[in-house]
Amino acid sequence: MIRYYVKLGVLSIRKNPVLSALMVAAIATGISACMTILNINYIMSGNPIPHRSDVLYHVQLDSWDPNQSADDGGLTEPPDQLTYVDGTALLQAGEARRQVLSYRSSRVLQPSDRDLRPFEVSSRSTTGDFFPMFDAPFLYGRGWDKTADDTLEQVVVLGKEINERIFGGEDSLGRTVMMNGDVYRVVGVLDEWNLLPRFYDVSTQPFEEVEEVFFPFSVSIAREVGGSGNTNCWKPWDDAGWNAFLNSECVWMQMWVELHGADEKQDYMAFLDAYVESQKALGRFPRPLNNRLNDVMEWMADQEVVADDVQVLLGLAILFLIVCLLNTIGLLLAKIMRRSGDISLRRALGASRNAIFSQYIVEAGVIGFCGGLLGIGLTWLGLKGIEVLYRQYEFVENLVRMDWVMIFAAVVLAILSALGAALYPTWRACRIHPAAQLKTL
Amino acid sequence: MLCMQNISKVYRTESVETHALREFSLTVDEGEFVSVTGPSGSGKTTFLNIAGLLEEFSNGKYELDGKDVSRLTDRERSRVRNEKIGFIFQSFNLIPELDIFDNVDVPLRYRGLKAAERKKRIERVIEVVGLGSRMRHLPSQLSGGQQQRVAIARALAGEPRFLLADEPTGNLDSAMAGSVMELLTDINKAGTTIIMVTHEATLARRARRNILVRDGRVSSGQTMHIASAATA
Repeated sequence: MIRYYVKLGVLSIRKNPVLSALMVAAIATGISACMTILNINYIMSGNPIPHRSDVLYHVQLDSWDPNQSADDGGLTEPPDQLTYVDGTALLQAGEARRQVLSYRSSRVLQPSDRDLRPFEVSSRSTTGDFFPMFDAPFLYGRGWDKTADDTLEQVVVLGKEINERIFGGEDSLGRTVMMNGDVYRVVGVLDEWNLLPRFYDVSTQPFEEVEEVFFPFSVSIAREVGGSGNTNCWKPWDDAGWNAFLNSECVWMQMWVELHGADEKQDYMAFLDAYVESQKALGRFPRPLNNRLNDVMEWMADQEVVADDVQVLLGLAILFLIVCLLNTIGLLLAKIMRRSGDISLRRALGASRNAIFSQYIVEAGVIGFCGGLLGIGLTWLGLKGIEVLYRQYEFVENLVRMDWVMIFAAVVLAILSALGAALYPTWRACRIHPAAQLKTL
Repeated sequence: MLCMQNISKVYRTESVETHALREFSLTVDEGEFVSVTGPSGSGKTTFLNIAGLLEEFSNGKYELDGKDVSRLTDRERSRVRNEKIGFIFQSFNLIPELDIFDNVDVPLRYRGLKAAERKKRIERVIEVVGLGSRMRHLPSQLSGGQQQRVAIARALAGEPRFLLADEPTGNLDSAMAGSVMELLTDINKAGTTIIMVTHEATLARRARRNILVRDGRVSSGQTMHIASAATA
């Protein structure tokens, strides 16, 4: 019977094209408003590394001033980043399976082709574990190992785009690039790497793309390459030099460790506490012991990667969808009342109330399906509109993509919405008396 | 096969009570062709609606095929309507967006018959009413008489025990009306019981028995067997 009801639904839409179009438009408009915001929310709140997110932990040590907040969280929240002193100490201890210490900077790349002008690139100085720990996809070669870190090898990993720009996309392993006057040998070229959000460093804009080039952490420190992300300090340092900055209480680098299972996490936390206690003995860490280990999704929640504004917008979009559905209920009621003669006749010919209910619910489903399809188109337009409106922010283009999950979700939401809206009108249809309209048909 | 005893039907509003039927009693045997006549507002259509289980009644007893149908649930009433009763309405009541085949198919869909069985029945009854070449026409492409033939085919498709016809020729000219009446007579001769409401005496005489309804009652002494007159 479902096929029969679908056929009747399609015929009914053809019979009342204007009313049906209004219903489809009402549902589509509500769905698109909802899906546009939901899509952004979905991308923002997605797990960027689902297969490893529960073994990767962000490290926080509370080295901050006891009398002022490190961030917005008050006096009980540790700073989001680490000092160079603490980061390198944890790195050298090597207590975790893997550990990554990194910071963001920008460099000037001088192409070997003299016709090309030097240009600025975003870069990350990091330790060799970065690539296997975060499952970075390689097009050519690989990252560097601990030896390269320790011996200050001047190697570099290029992003796919930068490799295309300076080497035409070919296998550039072994070739050299000059950055800030130093020559680096290419040991790896990354493939497309869409990390949304870019979880390993959310201290700046978490929805910007991953950096264009990657250098060994130790080399960058030796070359005195400063960070271009957030640097927060609570205590002045004596000297203006690079070494004084490195030894200061400024936090500016991110640390991640790989730990498997609760025991490893517990052991590492004990190690962190012991480290802080040893530093307290040296007169540092004036606050009470307050170290943190958050896995990827805990860290995304802690950092409120999905902005409150988006949540508010989502609420408004859902309200708008409800208003659209109320309109749809009115239109469906009007349509069903116009068809009370048809309902009377079918009841007289043997249709039970259940049969009438099924017929009109399926018809509402057909309308919902059409609304969903139109809604997908409108959602795409909505996302494009947001992209145009906020085109000054590069990261916005990363938030306005639609995948199959969201397309499927749009159709399902539209059908469910239409079915919900149809419940009352359909119930009214079932109550139409078999003899009510037969004389007037 | 149809036995009504002291059926009453009262329509109530906040201020008015209208007695549409008062102690209405009637028995119709299998194979009869009964016409029901009476002035406007006498209760003819109410009787037909109750007979067809389209309306419930206030008091009395109604047996159909020996079964008391007074207390059936809505679902059971729908099933009885679908399986035992065929309806023919004055204004045909065809569904305009469905073609002839699909209109006749409507009651069979609710019967739950397989597609092949439905197709066989539909084609047979459409042939019986003489519209075999028009199965895929829409109602709007047919004359009034042809549309009423489709309605008759729809009523016959379910192979009902009896047909209830409410002014079946009321919207037709005399030639078409005659043709439809001939068809109904043939159907009755083939064994189907027919109860027809009409206010036209000439048509009523085509039935074997005429019931006169007045003020919601079968008018005493007006029930007459006129089979000989109809065939004369």
